Amino acid sequence: MLKINNLKASIEGNKILTGITLDVNPGEVHAIMGPNGSGKSTLSSVIAGREEYEIEDGSIEFNGESIMDLSPEERAHKGIFLSFQYPIEIPGVSVSNFLKTSLNESRKAQGLEPMPAGDLLKKMREKMELLEIKKGFLSRSLNQGFSGGEKKRNEIFQMAMLEPKLAILDETDSGLDIDALRIVANGVNMLKSKDNATIVITHYQRLLDYIVPDFVHVLYNGKIVKSGTKDLALELEEKGYDWIIKESEQL
Amino acid sequence: MNLKDKLIQAYQEAENTLSFHQERKESIDRLEEFGFPTVKDEEWKYTNLLPIIKNEYALSAQESIVSKELLNEYILTQTETNIIVFVNGKLNRELSDIDAANATICSLSEAEKNHSAVVKKYWGKALPENPDSLVSLNTALSSEGVFIHVPKGTVVEKPIQIVYFSTNVSSDLFLQTRNLIVIEENAQVQVTERHQNIDQKEVFTNSVTEIFAHDNSLIDFYKIQNDKRNCSLIDNTWVKQGKNCTCTVDTFSFGGKFIRNNLSFILDGQHSESNMRGITLIGENQLVDHHTLVDHAVPNCQSNEMYKGIFDDNAKGVFNGKVMVRPDAQKTNAFQSNNNLLLTDSASIDTKPQLEIYADDVACSHGCTVGQLDDDALFYLRSRGIPYKEAQAMLMYAFANDVLSNVKIPELKQKINRIIAEKLGVQIYIEV
Repeated sequence: MLKINNLKASIEGNKILTGITLDVNPGEVHAIMGPNGSGKSTLSSVIAGREEYEIEDGSIEFNGESIMDLSPEERAHKGIFLSFQYPIEIPGVSVSNFLKTSLNESRKAQGLEPMPAGDLLKKMREKMELLEIKKGFLSRSLNQGFSGGEKKRNEIFQMAMLEPKLAILDETDSGLDIDALRIVANGVNMLKSKDNATIVITHYQRLLDYIVPDFVHVLYNGKIVKSGTKDLALELEEKGYDWIIKESEQL
Repeated sequence: MNLKDKLIQAYQEAENTLSFHQERKESIDRLEEFGFPTVKDEEWKYTNLLPIIKNEYALSAQESIVSKELLNEYILTQTETNIIVFVNGKLNRELSDIDAANATICSLSEAEKNHSAVVKKYWGKALPENPDSLVSLNTALSSEGVFIHVPKGTVVEKPIQIVYFSTNVSSDLFLQTRNLIVIEENAQVQVTERHQNIDQKEVFTNSVTEIFAHDNSLIDFYKIQNDKRNCSLIDNTWVKQGKNCTCTVDTFSFGGKFIRNNLSFILDGQHSESNMRGITLIGENQLVDHHTLVDHAVPNCQSNEMYKGIFDDNAKGVFNGKVMVRPDAQKTNAFQSNNNLLLTDSASIDTKPQLEIYADDVACSHGCTVGQLDDDALFYLRSRGIPYKEAQAMLMYAFANDVLSNVKIPELKQKINRIIAEKLGVQIYIEV
């Protein structure tokens, strides 16, 4: 589904990604871990199409097509979703209005009519229930005055509504207490299918107790320096990152 | 003949037919002495009137008509309403539709005949002693406009919509419109006003509105400035407030090539509140200038000022917000903000807060910002599949939202929403 090959990216002359190669297939969950500043968030932004980054080398393919020249919205229309570490507050635009616009723009790009209001509302209600979101939520301004937990839950709510093929969860666990973490993780697990894939970007192993990865990759200095199974995450939790950094520096 | 001389000549020709002879004479003398303001005047430093006044204008136009269908494009139709329509400076009775129980809504010339005591008592009385040349010009030459008188304890349930059309004129036209609005004690009213040219010719309107709000009254006044690109407007509005009254003037500026708003509140009674808000959204070759004044003359009043501007292409904005707190006006609360988005490198805004505070127990604040749309926010929206243009539009709605959310007539709010969507060239409709 997603094929990244030797991807190198920089921003304002600083090299952030220095050669990433990653294959993600339908049905898989990949976790990307790594110390601060290793390039995790950059990788997710670059996949989603953030234009401030300059791609210096390598390729990104999604379902067999290069997406390097696509705008963020075109990538979204193809089924790529990025859950933000810091969702943006947009006063005056309600959650429901935002979702309606977002969903119908994606439908438009696929040549579909806008979703009838009744169906849309029904779908919202279903997904809200799944994520234990209260009723009044829809009419609130997008992320404005939301607690950390509400913001993250809202991200997963949007993901549930948009039903992406590839979901990238960037530090979705940061700022969540244990209950919110459980709800968010449950949501993600319920949305998993054999046809879609998830990339979980995280600092801590904690989230991976709930969203169990098939593969774990460690990012350091803009490169994947080690890949393994979920046991690698446990090992990192126990021993920290230093041993991997040493190992990679010896190579 | 230059415009000034032409105006003076027109005054001399009409002199004997006009009421308020003394006031008009003094006014035309002021215009003659001082002429039109130039960029050398501090108040006109950033706004050059010269290109507007060097044009050749007729000072009146023949009577003409406008269809009901066309009128409907420019008014709120779903709301129960009072409508008063002028075409080329003359009242149009067919299009006007007034049903306001105890209140009087009519043309100023009718009011001079039928309500002369009220007109005499108030006409020109909200203006400062030595008004500028444009206000003086209006005082000297204006003969028509709207008169609203809401008697004691009367609530005008339906908003009053004022529309000034110009159409079917044979040359470019310079109009002086004059509104007089008197709200007595414990009375309430909502008013909307727009000037709309539907002709190819250029129209320049120099308007004066005086609003007298007596004790415990409530008035919401909405100005919709979305005229054709060949139009210029100078809107001079004075609001004089008594005790315990709340007056709001919101100005939505989208159209025209040149708009200057001079909006002044005089707080003369304690425990009153003045609100002025604005959204400006303009582009190529457009200029909008907001000059506001709040004069806190007595203690215990509050003023709130919030102007938002979005400037595209080579649009030019000017904001000058003067707040005067006189020595007696203790316990004044005065808040002012002016926030601006510049969408291009060639758009500009000159913004200047001007606080003159002579009392020592007051809370006054002001803040102005000039910025661009937030890249992080744009990326966030686009990553959700919302195209660039729509994402930009959404952020502009969000930016302007605190002004729009205060509009108390739902249909007006929708209308302004639609104008914004149209201006931004997007299909999305954001309900706020």
